[in-house]
Amino acid sequence: MAKAPARKTTEPAKTNRERPEEPKRFEASKEQLLEFYKQMLLIRRFEEKAGQLYGLGFIGGFCHLYIGQEAVAVGLQSALDGEKDSVITGYRDHGHMLAYGIDPKVIMAELTGRAAGISRGKGGSMHMFSTEKKFYGGHGIVGAQVALGTGLAFAHKYNEDGGVAMAYFGDGASNQGQVYESFNMAELWKLPIIYVIENNQYAMGTSVNRSSSEDQLYRRGESFRIPGIQVDGMDVLACRGAAEEALAWVRAGKGPIILEMKTYRYRGHSMSDPAKYRSREEVQSVRDKSDPIEQVKRELEDMKVTEAELKAIEAEIRKVVNESADFAEQTPEPDASELYTDVLVESY
Amino acid sequence: MAIELKMPALSPTMEEGTLAKWLVKEGDTVKSGDILAEIETDKATMEFEAVDEGTIAKILVAEGTDNVKVGTVIATIAGEGEDASAAPAPAAAPAPTPAPAAAEPAAGEDGGPKKADSGTKQLASEKAATVQDPAIPEGTEMVKVTVREALRDAMAEEMRKDPRVFVMGEEVAEYQGAYKVTQGLLEEFGPKRVIDTPITEYGFAGLGAGAAMGGLKPVIEFMTFNFAMQAIDHIVNSAAKTNYMSGGQMRCPIVFRGPNGAASRVGAQHSQNYGPWYASVPGLIVIAPYDAQDAKGLLKAAIRSEDPVVFLENELMYGRHFEIPQLDDYVLPIGKARIVRSGKDVTIVSYSIGVGVALEAAETLAGEGIDAEVVDLRTLRPLDTATVLESLKKTNRLVVVEEGWPVCSIASEIAAVVMEQGFDDLDAPVLRVTNEDVPLPYAANLEKLALITADKVVAAVKKVTYRG
Repeated sequence: MAKAPARKTTEPAKTNRERPEEPKRFEASKEQLLEFYKQMLLIRRFEEKAGQLYGLGFIGGFCHLYIGQEAVAVGLQSALDGEKDSVITGYRDHGHMLAYGIDPKVIMAELTGRAAGISRGKGGSMHMFSTEKKFYGGHGIVGAQVALGTGLAFAHKYNEDGGVAMAYFGDGASNQGQVYESFNMAELWKLPIIYVIENNQYAMGTSVNRSSSEDQLYRRGESFRIPGIQVDGMDVLACRGAAEEALAWVRAGKGPIILEMKTYRYRGHSMSDPAKYRSREEVQSVRDKSDPIEQVKRELEDMKVTEAELKAIEAEIRKVVNESADFAEQTPEPDASELYTDVLVESY
Repeated sequence: MAIELKMPALSPTMEEGTLAKWLVKEGDTVKSGDILAEIETDKATMEFEAVDEGTIAKILVAEGTDNVKVGTVIATIAGEGEDASAAPAPAAAPAPTPAPAAAEPAAGEDGGPKKADSGTKQLASEKAATVQDPAIPEGTEMVKVTVREALRDAMAEEMRKDPRVFVMGEEVAEYQGAYKVTQGLLEEFGPKRVIDTPITEYGFAGLGAGAAMGGLKPVIEFMTFNFAMQAIDHIVNSAAKTNYMSGGQMRCPIVFRGPNGAASRVGAQHSQNYGPWYASVPGLIVIAPYDAQDAKGLLKAAIRSEDPVVFLENELMYGRHFEIPQLDDYVLPIGKARIVRSGKDVTIVSYSIGVGVALEAAETLAGEGIDAEVVDLRTLRPLDTATVLESLKKTNRLVVVEEGWPVCSIASEIAAVVMEQGFDDLDAPVLRVTNEDVPLPYAANLEKLALITADKVVAAVKKVTYRG
């Protein structure tokens, strides 16, 4: 008997799976947009100051700045429910913490390794946490936060608390194996998680095109049936709009979703990166054409926010940042006895 | 000539089983692939298939018979043309004698074929402690259970008590555990709390650590700790360091458990003791129990701990029986060694499966007039150095027995501690009895040579007591 011919497997898969709606750009009120502007400006000025303190030798080790990517953290986190949703990210974490309303003083003091730092000086730039704000770090191993974030989502589902986990990672981490191990389980168990790929185009010095066979990273969940959306990560309102669509999907119990945020970091990978892998012109062109803060500033001006008002905001933020820097420089280092505390929770 | 059907070994460590059911009767014709019988071990029920064709001549072991030793002739098959009814019973149907654990099967010597054997036979022991744990109240009723059951009971009891506790790993739920340690948990606690994962160690170790950070109390089973090397980043970098890095703000109360150390004839990639690896990491608790009582009491303590725990079991010990106290809530302290045999001439320090080897050696030594004290470390981190040093003070001689590699081992650590803190109590150098410094070989004879034996312990003790 003749066998039925094998299905042609090279044909593209046609799916009629449900997909999320195309996100709409968020329509912000003047107050909301002003708030976004303030938060993004705070991150920008904070990071500039951190870079300066690094140069002066107050901050040691690795220090990864978020300059250029501000719209992502601010836009996405503004849509979360701070009471129940959780956030986790990698080592480029200052911006996410500031966007969560964590006091700049304790962040800066952690960067300078002081007892008043959010991790009592024992964590540093890459290892900061605020369980109170449901911010779970701050993880130094590229991609680890994806599996850990999937665990946070597992806990939300297990506890039936209605929370959603948001796990940020970069284009570099998106090539780590554990990301796909996590995707598989998250979709299998319909875990409430938003995977946010902050595609800033460079994994340290290697561009996405040089490292990723599928460089459209929002498609990376396809073989796990996780839908993905590509978002303009330089537009805070697009970010917020995408977050709302993603949250609707996840909160409806449809499982995980991927947001690829197309963004750009202006500074090197870390403070010690001379960034020779891209041209000065490339960076300048992004700054000129699509700076997320300038974009909002223009929209605020359209909304009749005066230059004087904007200047006042700028002055206020500089004051907050300078105070945090002064605090971080002057507050004492941890007591020597702190060396041995917190290794274990219990005594045995 | 009638073909003898022998009780098969269904796993590398199986020595006997129950002939649960015959699916054929005398006179039935069978061909290869037919299922002849169902055989039960402590782990599972397996089907026994025919390989040869012919007629069932004689059933020699009735269904329902327990403790049928591997290799016992259970039936005969008459080949084509043979008269099944005339097929004689095998001349000397071996009575269910004890498995030839000690007898060296000398290849060729008796002309018989060399059977699969294992060096691990020299390891697994049911030697019980001769000193009762002082933690057990006087007059407590003792019951005999396997290490496997003790571990399962520990998990079940803690799951009943604390709804945050869940068990996750490969084959832990529907399959009832690759080594049947989680048997029955799915039935009692349901799929929300007993979760089968894909084969994805790095992923589920990270997921577990994240769930612990998020407030749950995961028990993550690795099918063996060999596979945990794929996940070691989350054990070390995510679980162990988080409390410190966060200044005590974020905890990771998780238990990573599973079999560790050499198993039987599984070769180098499946036979390794990770005790020294994890014990070197600040921020982790590392436990490696020997008997059922410690397995239960310490696993319960591990699940209750607010710290991340690596709980190292041993596959060869799962089926071993030990007495354990019949108590409603038997929890042992973490970080406390236990004197399992008291003596005055020499201290033998060990942990996990090595304790049985040490106890066996101590028995031999007793016959030769050497009174050995055996200390079971039980917890590898934090290490109970006080108990070791206290014992040394009494005996002035020390041997460490470890089923694992010698370099950078727990044995090395004990030797260093004793040098630093017990030097004046030493009447002889500390000796280490460990596995050979090679990947574990497959060949039975090489495997035997690579692993520790009670004889090697005896020899080391004689050296330090200047009696050899």
